Amino acid sequence: MKHIISVLVENEFGVLSRIASLFSGRGFNIESLTVAETEDKTISSMTIVTIGDDHIIEQITKQLNKLINVIKVVELTESVQMAREMVLLKFAVNSGPKRLELLRLVDVYQGRVLELGARSLIAELTGERAKIEAALEVLSPFAIKEMSRTGMVALARDGVKN
Amino acid sequence: MKEISGAQILLEVLQEQGVEVIFGYPGGAVINLYDCLPDYSCRHFLVRHEQAAVHAADGYARATGKTGVALVTSGPGATNTVTGLATASMDSIPMVVFTGQVPTPLIGNDAFQEADIVGISRPCTKHNFLVKRVEDLERIINEAFHIAGSGRPGPVLIDLPKDVIAGKCLKKAATKTLLKGYNPNYAGHPGQIQRAMEIIFKAKKPVFYVGGGVVLADAAKELTELARSLRIPVTTTLMGLGAFPEDDELSLGMLGMHGTYRANMAVTESDVLVALGARFDDRVTGRVDKFAADAKIIHIDIDPTSISKNVSVDIPIVGDVADVLGKMLDLMKSSETETKACAGGHDAWLAEVARWRDLHKLSYQQDDIIKPQFVVEKIGELTRDKNPIVSTEVGQNQMWAAQFFTFTEPRSWLTSGGLGTMGYGLPAAMGAQVAFPERLVIDIAGDGSIQMNSQELATVVQYNLPVKVIILNNGYLGMVRQWQELFFDKHYSSTTMDHAPDFVKLADAYGALGLRATKPEEVEPVLRQAFAHPGPVVVDIVVAAEENVYPMVPAGEAISNMLLV
Repeated sequence: MKHIISVLVENEFGVLSRIASLFSGRGFNIESLTVAETEDKTISSMTIVTIGDDHIIEQITKQLNKLINVIKVVELTESVQMAREMVLLKFAVNSGPKRLELLRLVDVYQGRVLELGARSLIAELTGERAKIEAALEVLSPFAIKEMSRTGMVALARDGVKN
Repeated sequence: MKEISGAQILLEVLQEQGVEVIFGYPGGAVINLYDCLPDYSCRHFLVRHEQAAVHAADGYARATGKTGVALVTSGPGATNTVTGLATASMDSIPMVVFTGQVPTPLIGNDAFQEADIVGISRPCTKHNFLVKRVEDLERIINEAFHIAGSGRPGPVLIDLPKDVIAGKCLKKAATKTLLKGYNPNYAGHPGQIQRAMEIIFKAKKPVFYVGGGVVLADAAKELTELARSLRIPVTTTLMGLGAFPEDDELSLGMLGMHGTYRANMAVTESDVLVALGARFDDRVTGRVDKFAADAKIIHIDIDPTSISKNVSVDIPIVGDVADVLGKMLDLMKSSETETKACAGGHDAWLAEVARWRDLHKLSYQQDDIIKPQFVVEKIGELTRDKNPIVSTEVGQNQMWAAQFFTFTEPRSWLTSGGLGTMGYGLPAAMGAQVAFPERLVIDIAGDGSIQMNSQELATVVQYNLPVKVIILNNGYLGMVRQWQELFFDKHYSSTTMDHAPDFVKLADAYGALGLRATKPEEVEPVLRQAFAHPGPVVVDIVVAAEENVYPMVPAGEAISNMLLV
């Protein structure tokens, strides 16, 4: 089962490598990992999407907590998190009815067109993972030249018990 | 205030930390440090290989409870520490290892004697640091000692670029540590401890399963009092030997793959198993689903990751074993009726344990060839009133020492439990001898493992560390040979040590005393002579070549399923 783990770490060199080597050394999976500074420059926030049964997730959170540079580990369950992913898509399309159809679909998924050229189009989509997956399925018949996904970022909602 | 160099800051902080001894080996990257070393009170012991510096610091730490310190140069000096770090990491030994590094502007350039030791050592240290600015050095060293010695202890590595050691800054007294994410939990949860005691009071067939954590927490006294008051039998892991006196009738001896029959049977049949500072290692549990299958399990450990890692636990208690045992003793003392009923209710259980003890004792047949078990028993007999420290190498020598030596004191047993590092025993004994110059320190070795760090004979002779190395010489890599005999049709592939040196001559070449015994009647006089000699001794004892360690639980089997002969 998929789990989202939010980790606050000290913003120091080598921390990402400690986390990555913990996962590889103990045979845990990483589906996606995002990391960036928080409002406090000395602290970074990581969102890790991982797969495993309850026993494995318990070990992952405990092992993360054991790392000296890790300040806080929270497992974010479905009900308490806000999670988003972003994808950038480059399509090879010329002007014409196909492009109109593509623009309409991007609009349906509340996406934005970032660049429109004579032979290509770059669009941005943001949303929950399920929405991104659905959008990608619908958009796949169009010629996607390149794609870049962020992986998930998540926060716990206020006032909801984990 | 005057600015001082990184090297001086380091040595001053070591002094403030109470470090008296450094095991090390110089080189280009740490030459500035070695230049200052004689000006400070720390004694430096020059080893002959960096791996031995780390094992010596480890042996020093196990014997004293203090944090061991090693100092080596960059590149190969640093990479040679890896086995020592991994050994200490697996057995939770507090240690700070300083490695030299090329100057910061050269890091990443494949400079001469450059190695990314922070990257290499990450999985085998509790934590590690690369010091980038001399201003950070003092804080980092203090943090390193704090991390190494607190919580579940472990080795910490500090990588020191040459320009940081040579650089200058003001030394600020007692810089605050900045460890936001590190706060080990010492106090066990009172509610959980209460629940645990209720279960223990009601147990009909309880067993204490004691690991190295009890030794590390210095909780042997509390454990002994609790076990004796409640009349609960105690088994120890390899790492826990000495945490409970083995001459007590409640002692079951060691459990696991080469555990005693009674220990393995008692754990298997127990209804309550109390794990104290132990981590359910595969060499202990054998087949996990058959391990104490009918028992309620109470697990006390300072490391939350140890709990429910291998075996699911009914009552987890995260905390310092000494703290938790202290609280358990308080509860016991305030519950007189329960204590009496509990202690009085174990007659049948203890009778069953005694029956198992008599059914299959640890045994061997001494005939006209020296048996290794006989040698270990003789060592025990001749040193009973001498309070010796015993180290071992790894393999059969280690298991026979664990089985046939009677351990009564904590911190007197140095062995590489988790990693199983051959070549550990001599340098570890050396470290312990530095800490306790007056005590008898014995390395029980095999002819294979002693050759992995025998160069340290030069060190023990140089500093007159009177370590006694007793080689159980069977001409084989005995434990692997035993597995080959039992599970691979006696196909002794690469386990015959045909070209061992003459160990008596080897000792002589280094300036140590070399002795040999080849007949059973020679064992005692030779050992007496060795123990009476004021300097280091190597005793080569030619033992039965194909003797096996029994009992033995084949890997992956239930621990009640023992090969007994």
